[in-house]
Amino acid sequence: MNSYLTSTLFRKTLAALSGLFLVIFLFGHLAGNLQLIMLSGDAAQKQFNEYALFMTTNPAVKILSLLTYTSIILHTLLTLFLAFQSKSARPINYAVSSGSENSRWASRNMPLLGTIVLVFIVIHMKSFWYEMHWGDIGNDLWGNRDIYTVTIVAFRELWYTAFYVLSMVGLGFHLCHGISSAFQTIGIKTKKYLGPIEKFATMVSIIVPIAFASIPIILYLRSL
Amino acid sequence: MLNSRIPDGPLAEKWTKYKSKVPLVSPANKRRLDVIVIGTGLAGASAASSMAEMGYNVKTFCFQDSPRRAHSIAAQGGINAAKNYQNDGDSVYRLFYDTIKGGDYRSREANVHRLAEVSSNIIDQCVAQGVPFAREYGGTLDNRSFGGVQVSRTFYARGQTGQQLLLGAYSALSRQIAKGNVTMYNRHEMLDIVVIDGKARGVIVRNLITGEYERHFGHAVVLATGGYGNVFYLSTNAMGSNVTAAWKAYKKGAMFGNPCFTQIHPTCIPVSGEYQSKLTLMSESLRNDGRIWVPNKKGDDRRPLDIPEDERDYYLERRYPAFGNLVPRDVASRAAKERCDTGFGVGPTKLAVYLDFKDAIKRLGQDVVSARYGNLFEMYEKITGDDPYTTPMRIYPAVHYTMGGLWVDYNLMTTVPGLFAIGECNFSDHGANRLGASALMQGLADGYFVLPYTIGEYLSNDIRTPTIPTDHEEFDKAEKDARDRNDRLLNNDGSRSVESLHRDLGHIMWENCGMARNEINLTSAISEIQSLKRDFWDKVSVPGRDDVLNPELEKAGRVADFIELGELMVRDALDRRESCGGHFREESQTEEGEAKRDDENFTFSSAWEYTGEETEPTRNKEELTFDTVQLTQRSYK
Amino acid sequence: MAEMNLTLKIWRQDGPNDPGGFKSYTVNGLNTHMSFLEMLDVLNEKLVNTGDEPVAFDHDCREGICGMCSMVINGRPHGPLEGTTTCQLHMRHFNDGDTVTIEPWRAKPFPILKDLIVDRTPFDRIIQAGGFVSVNTGSAPDGNAIPIGKEISDEAFDAAACIGCGACVAACKNASASLFVAAKISQLALLPQGQPEREERVVGMVKQMDDEGFGHCTNTGACEAECPKEISVDYIRKMNWEFHRANVKG
Repeated sequence: MNSYLTSTLFRKTLAALSGLFLVIFLFGHLAGNLQLIMLSGDAAQKQFNEYALFMTTNPAVKILSLLTYTSIILHTLLTLFLAFQSKSARPINYAVSSGSENSRWASRNMPLLGTIVLVFIVIHMKSFWYEMHWGDIGNDLWGNRDIYTVTIVAFRELWYTAFYVLSMVGLGFHLCHGISSAFQTIGIKTKKYLGPIEKFATMVSIIVPIAFASIPIILYLRSL
Repeated sequence: MLNSRIPDGPLAEKWTKYKSKVPLVSPANKRRLDVIVIGTGLAGASAASSMAEMGYNVKTFCFQDSPRRAHSIAAQGGINAAKNYQNDGDSVYRLFYDTIKGGDYRSREANVHRLAEVSSNIIDQCVAQGVPFAREYGGTLDNRSFGGVQVSRTFYARGQTGQQLLLGAYSALSRQIAKGNVTMYNRHEMLDIVVIDGKARGVIVRNLITGEYERHFGHAVVLATGGYGNVFYLSTNAMGSNVTAAWKAYKKGAMFGNPCFTQIHPTCIPVSGEYQSKLTLMSESLRNDGRIWVPNKKGDDRRPLDIPEDERDYYLERRYPAFGNLVPRDVASRAAKERCDTGFGVGPTKLAVYLDFKDAIKRLGQDVVSARYGNLFEMYEKITGDDPYTTPMRIYPAVHYTMGGLWVDYNLMTTVPGLFAIGECNFSDHGANRLGASALMQGLADGYFVLPYTIGEYLSNDIRTPTIPTDHEEFDKAEKDARDRNDRLLNNDGSRSVESLHRDLGHIMWENCGMARNEINLTSAISEIQSLKRDFWDKVSVPGRDDVLNPELEKAGRVADFIELGELMVRDALDRRESCGGHFREESQTEEGEAKRDDENFTFSSAWEYTGEETEPTRNKEELTFDTVQLTQRSYK
Repeated sequence: MAEMNLTLKIWRQDGPNDPGGFKSYTVNGLNTHMSFLEMLDVLNEKLVNTGDEPVAFDHDCREGICGMCSMVINGRPHGPLEGTTTCQLHMRHFNDGDTVTIEPWRAKPFPILKDLIVDRTPFDRIIQAGGFVSVNTGSAPDGNAIPIGKEISDEAFDAAACIGCGACVAACKNASASLFVAAKISQLALLPQGQPEREERVVGMVKQMDDEGFGHCTNTGACEAECPKEISVDYIRKMNWEFHRANVKG
């Protein structure tokens, strides 16, 4: 059992499981975010801020949040470790490399894509998560911390909106390879399930980032 | 003086009786006995693993980077066994009889019968190792017929039977390496046998990576180093296949049996130019559905599709109506040569005949043909760029297997006590012609089921021999000889590449000692080879050093031995003034041009004895006696 | 038979501890019927004739089954064709005037011995760590005593077709040996003969793969695409599953 825990394959499996958990998290997060554009004006402000309060105080959500933070950290550390390990397995690179002939771009660039997503997460958390918890933000008419306005203001900036949208493109590619790869690593992407899993991965990797990106785009357009 | 040590008793009981009488070596003594195995093909790997399982200390050597590379891996068709799973009346006796007849009555009855007896155990052993043989839907093993015999006794794993069997033996060997019972030396080449007081006691090997010369002691030495078809330069053998180990054994006193018995396989992809390095076999199974023909007009340059049916000569069907395209290998090869020699050959070199699947596709449909031969067609297309579904294949015979090899007795021991030879390396079981799917059978029979017993007879008398230190003077001498020879090659300062000299040798051998041989050509070939040998040592140029990896040096040593072997082959071919199996003497043929055996004068195996650099070798005879089968002239009309 | 001239950029390195580098050669008078290795033979004979050391490369059977040949041609292990070893590659797939870059397999566990020759003994050690069925000679039951359905047998064969050349390692951006290891594990895990040692085998072989220093599998699929025997990455999936299963079972 001990050798299991220290094996590369076990580490990969942890990375895969944490990644898949984060996919579930994305769905939840997306549902929350969509409230920003489903309504507008005061109604949106009220509902979104109430939702934010719920998300930061409910004990069940807190446990989920802890799991999410752990997953992000675990996923990052494990994949970084594995990436460096692999790097050392090929000390001298090929002079000519034709990766495009034998594999997809996303699959070869997961460290880059992961880094983009990670940078995004850090900035994103600074902008909203940190502000919600400890930032100097005012209250709305109903007495809740007004993270809604912080959000609306943030996406009046073109560069910030653009950064968000581009990050979602990165996320899309990351998911595109990551999801089906995770199922393969765990060992359940059998020939029978291969089709459905790949379809699911493709759909998620297209729909989720587009849905996420549509929010800042709409907010930006509304602000014009 | 040659004692083949065949046990007494009725043929079918010899092996059983032998096994129950052969002296055993106790487990405690086995631990003290070292056995050296050279080569890790089917014979070597199976012998090494089996002996290690029994408790001997085994050291194994191969020149490749891994034991799994040995050329057994390239065998396509299958492996015979007298299982009678198809309920078509097969039996040990039939397999024995077919092998004796196929070998044109030039092999030893007792050995061949033993081979047929153990053939079943081989299949069981390989299945247990996880070899994925082809199966029926019900889960039982599938068989096919092969090489024109009347029963289906060939077990196969797609077109890669040799690979799967070798990987099975390799896995057994790997298991013993992991257990520490076998020490494996990859990329080591044997350069000499050490003989002390008349017995084989060790080897000199060169570590091909570091160039170091190493000495290894063994109570017995087993050669499983394959065949010597590369003496012809072009053959279906792997580039590294060589005669060096067997040749060193010959020079240390082991007699060489029937060196001229060479199998020329009829269905190979023809030579396409001077640069060609090797020939590729297309499985014999193609002849089951393909029809062989040439145009009936000399020098007809039209594309094959433009030649109408009535201007084609299906010469095998014409000459051998009973067997047609399925005549044995030697007959099919000679017939192709005859057509090309008389000017009917096709293709740019005119040294090819057509193998046509048009009728098969019409009869069976492209799907069936593709299911049967798809991978072979693909292989052909990769090499030639032609699509066999639409254009007939071009084929020509090529050197494939050598039935000759080190002479061994019933125990598989050479004339040097303690030196054994197994697999293609020895001469024992195939006589003058080998049947399809029998090489794998013999390699594994020797390695798994024969040698591990018979070596006991020798080793049981050797349990008191302590390990001989490798600073013994015979080790000194053998190592010095090996070093001196490599030094000479490296410092020769000549002008000719090893490759070009090898090509010259191949040319001499193919023209004079190939598919058809005659006294005039053979006689002149001896002097041509002798002059090539002088040229070699005068003019060869070998770059590089001997303390590093130097493939050119390895090749030079092998070619030097091939040249000497070539001369012996020609002498043997000259000496055997009869046609038999793959050996066709033009002086000995029927009026229709078929091979004619001379049983009165040549029912023996030749065992050639080295007498020194400057003197001619001596030919010894092992008279062959046939107590069970009746000698008849083969006919496939 | 069109004449061809090529420029070759070949990695030359004297020994494992020597520095290496590319050298350029022009080879003239080639033709499209030659195999890639015969093209190198032409170069080598030219080098020998001018007193230079020929390019060292591994090769043996020259019919795509021994697994010895191993070179990265223009960035692709065994060259541009699918399902083909270097020795089966012919010059008709190149054009007159091309520059062809030839490199050895590159992976830390496969140190370069000379020029294009690398040391692949880690593969042997991985097999020694469990890639066998422990059955002694002579103790096997009758071949038909173990019925195996055709489909299972065929699937096992597809895995067993691996020639151990190492193209999977060479192609993988992580230098992972997963496809090689997975093929052997899957072959034996599929067959009834492999069952008694099923758990021990996968644990042992995967550990050995780690210990040799190969990188991990990120499922890019490059190995399958470059494998001369077109072995499916589904076997890697199977290996992963076998590994989890074995460890959870304990």
